[in-house]
Amino acid sequence: MIPELGHLALVLAIATSILLVILPLVGASRGNHQLMATARPLAAAQFWLLAVSFGCLVLAFLQNDFSVQLVAEHSNTRLPWYYQITATWGNHEGSLLLWVLTLAGWTWAVALFSQSLPRELVARVLGVMGIISLCFLLFTQMTSNPFVRILPVFPYEGQDLNPLLQDVGMILHPPMLYMGYVGFAVAFAFVVAALIGGKLDSAWARWSRPWTTSAWCFLTLGIALGSWWAYYELGWGGWWFWDPVENASFMPWLLGTALMHSLAATEKRSVFKAWTILLAIATFSLSILGTFLVRSGVLTSVHSFATDPTRGLFLLVIMALLTGSALLLLFLRASSIRSDGRFDPVSRESGLLVNNVLLAAACGVVFVGTLFPLLVDVLDLGKLSVGPPYFNALFAPLTLALMAALGVGPLLRWKTDELYRLRVPLIISAVISITLGFGLTYFLLTPFYWLVALSLTLVFWVICTQIEDIRGRIRNKHHRWQALLNLPRHYQGMVLGHLGLAVTVTGIAMVSFYDIAEDVRLAEDRSTVVAGHEFRMVELYDYQGPNFSATRAVVEVYRDGRQVTVMRPEKRFYWARQMPMTQVALSPGLTRDLYVALGEPLDDGSWAVRVQYKPFIRWIWLGSIIMSIGGFIAISDPRYRLARRRRTATVTGEQHVAKT
Amino acid sequence: MTSARRRRLFMVMSVVFASGVAVALTTYALRQHINLFFAPSQVLAGEAPVDRVIRVGGLVVPGSISRDQETLQVSFEIADNIAAIRVSYSGILPDLFREGQGIVARGTLGPDYHIQAQEVLARHDEEYMPPEVADALKRTSMAHDGY
Amino acid sequence: MSPKRKRSLLLGLPLLGFLVVLVVLGSGLGRDPSLLPSVLIDRPLPEFQAQRLDDPEQWLSPADLHGDIALLNIWATWCPTCYQEHTFLNTLRERDIAIYGVNYKDDREAALNWLSQLGDPYRFNIDDPEGQLGIELGVYGAPETFLLDAQGTIRYRHVGALDETVWEREFLPRIRQLEPQS
Repeated sequence: MIPELGHLALVLAIATSILLVILPLVGASRGNHQLMATARPLAAAQFWLLAVSFGCLVLAFLQNDFSVQLVAEHSNTRLPWYYQITATWGNHEGSLLLWVLTLAGWTWAVALFSQSLPRELVARVLGVMGIISLCFLLFTQMTSNPFVRILPVFPYEGQDLNPLLQDVGMILHPPMLYMGYVGFAVAFAFVVAALIGGKLDSAWARWSRPWTTSAWCFLTLGIALGSWWAYYELGWGGWWFWDPVENASFMPWLLGTALMHSLAATEKRSVFKAWTILLAIATFSLSILGTFLVRSGVLTSVHSFATDPTRGLFLLVIMALLTGSALLLLFLRASSIRSDGRFDPVSRESGLLVNNVLLAAACGVVFVGTLFPLLVDVLDLGKLSVGPPYFNALFAPLTLALMAALGVGPLLRWKTDELYRLRVPLIISAVISITLGFGLTYFLLTPFYWLVALSLTLVFWVICTQIEDIRGRIRNKHHRWQALLNLPRHYQGMVLGHLGLAVTVTGIAMVSFYDIAEDVRLAEDRSTVVAGHEFRMVELYDYQGPNFSATRAVVEVYRDGRQVTVMRPEKRFYWARQMPMTQVALSPGLTRDLYVALGEPLDDGSWAVRVQYKPFIRWIWLGSIIMSIGGFIAISDPRYRLARRRRTATVTGEQHVAKT
Repeated sequence: MTSARRRRLFMVMSVVFASGVAVALTTYALRQHINLFFAPSQVLAGEAPVDRVIRVGGLVVPGSISRDQETLQVSFEIADNIAAIRVSYSGILPDLFREGQGIVARGTLGPDYHIQAQEVLARHDEEYMPPEVADALKRTSMAHDGY
Repeated sequence: MSPKRKRSLLLGLPLLGFLVVLVVLGSGLGRDPSLLPSVLIDRPLPEFQAQRLDDPEQWLSPADLHGDIALLNIWATWCPTCYQEHTFLNTLRERDIAIYGVNYKDDREAALNWLSQLGDPYRFNIDDPEGQLGIELGVYGAPETFLLDAQGTIRYRHVGALDETVWEREFLPRIRQLEPQS
């Protein structure tokens, strides 16, 4: 019964979304207030219907209802209950349902927090969200219905969740990632609504800013979680592989970051309008492209889902429809898009321009590297792959250039400025950061790498210039600490975001150059020394888990004769899928991780073991967390709400004038 | 020149410059870091370049895996329809590395048609997980009864 | 050209670029990047002389596989995916589908034991202990399944396990084509 209820809710949600597309959009074009007013309740109804539908699916997993094909294929009675819940989205159909639920959630949120926006705009934005949602709901219903039953004979045991997905990181990673992906739909909808309405002032930029930023925060967290998961779950200690699936989430992040910054310029100074519109469209399109790349199987990936060309085709049509019509609208409205702001080569606007060019270039690099194999294959020129060195070689200079610009950009004034004004803070920062960057690398790190010294210099450069900027802002205040806390929220958020990037870059630079990985042969009472730590395997035994059997090693770690920690790496064998899995042991720390993974048993009873020393790896994720906290603080700025209220007053005023 | 013109010139030049540099670097990096994919028979036919990083995919020939007793050196053969070539690797093989399964080795080809692999990949592929659930029940119960 | 005109043309570029990307993505759809094409499609089975698995006295050749539209399934006891696939092969047998097996690089005893325990969906099995036939057939990984027409010509090849979806999507339409119009 419950799966049928879930399916019914899904079908009703489709019907609701059809209404959500038609009624408000027609209303907006005819100026019919009653039709426009249907948008909010319809958005709410759509969300709750999908929530019920998703809840039914979760329930089917929890009740081990193996007559539902999806449950039978991805769950098992021996699976712990919390993994039974996460198994709901550990597969294509379920994760798609989560995707549409998330979209409906964002739609509803827009409906709730848009009380002060012009009625036409709200109707159009929600209508466009409805179009997106209708596309993906139809996709779900027609190609990936999660509620399909296997009747009359169904199994009494399921096939179990892929062991790789039986993990805490996986509980949160997909929902976060989807919150990010789908959140950019809001920015997209605002842009399309503005294009439909033909009113391309900078008001829409202000309205879409908090939405874009919050989507960006979630995506940042989602990517960081994914990287963290890959780090300890795939068993090799890598934290980023430049795999198509990863790139698929990274491209929207890069463009989303650019969008966040260009929206600032568009809102404040009414510049880069066409570019901002294009970015908003491209960011969301890349989110769909990401889904397409993962689901259609056009690219080989380490962690691919089961793929199906019909699904790929469907997604491609959706992308053609959404992106194509948005770009067409942009083309048609081209003459009415005017950026009337002026600015000098040295100004905040130029700084943001540099930021945008670099981020867009970075996204282009990833795009080319990801799709090049496909292009070559389509042209029948052979089969090839683009390796991580390509991405690294291009990405490192772009990131460093971005960091260099980041030191200056936020200090500049809008419209026009002179570097001469900033000479003192800039010179002080440069001296401090070069001294610290090269000094620390030279004296504390062996061997000396130029690139690390340069990266650390730029990290200190960003930190110093931000501190200088803050100092300048609170210099004349009596209570400096109070003044620090009283700085505007959006400013605090920006500083945190930039410092977060510095933290992440530190982690990346350190772990890329100073990590040590050794594959060694270990047996009971044998030991090995890696990075000054002695790893001694003291015990090796077998045990049974709930749905797997495992061999566990106990490894004691000593440093300078003192025991640091005890690590317990495992090799598991999951019965249902007949699949072996490496369960690594980690000893996390702020300045280093120790990492032990059991490889494979060797003939004489010893094991091949991978021992790794990972300096500063936590900083990569720590920085991401700081970045997204910064984003959330920026959204909480009361400025957005006040500005909105003031804006509405003028807008309604204008309409009044126009009518009379 | 008016300031509007100067601004536009500045914008256009910076965009052109940046995209020029980006295109040049991208092409260069692509040339350097593309890994061509070959089947073992293509390697034996001399189609693969020597001393460059390539990727070779094939199935692990059962019984061909040999491990060094002292170190983690391992070598095995991978084969396609026509030929098999030997791959050496030092380190830990992925969890899904099995006899008879398709794997991809990334490494350099030596003059003796021998691949020195830097990396061995086995796909975490759900395609090989059959959706027919009827056998899952037997399988799990059998696996449990000590299969 | 007026600046407005220029501008609108400039903003048409993204649309153009997007269309190019669409075309590339679209033409990439039908391809499976993980597969190597088989050179044997629409060619007869390669010549071979091999022993029957359950009766080493009996020698088999391609002619023994003529007569019916049939599947040629490459399997082995060392291959875990074959184990997963086996149940589906048994259901195919119940639907009167002719299946021949190639026991690939395997141990005869283990293979016979496997068949007696899990059921035997095969008309007969060709013993291929050295993998000679497998190499002739271009086997890439076990399991693999070839579709043969009544004259023993290879019509289709599937790498990986067979299941209901693959069967309905890849095999059934081709079999219907091969069946004489009645």
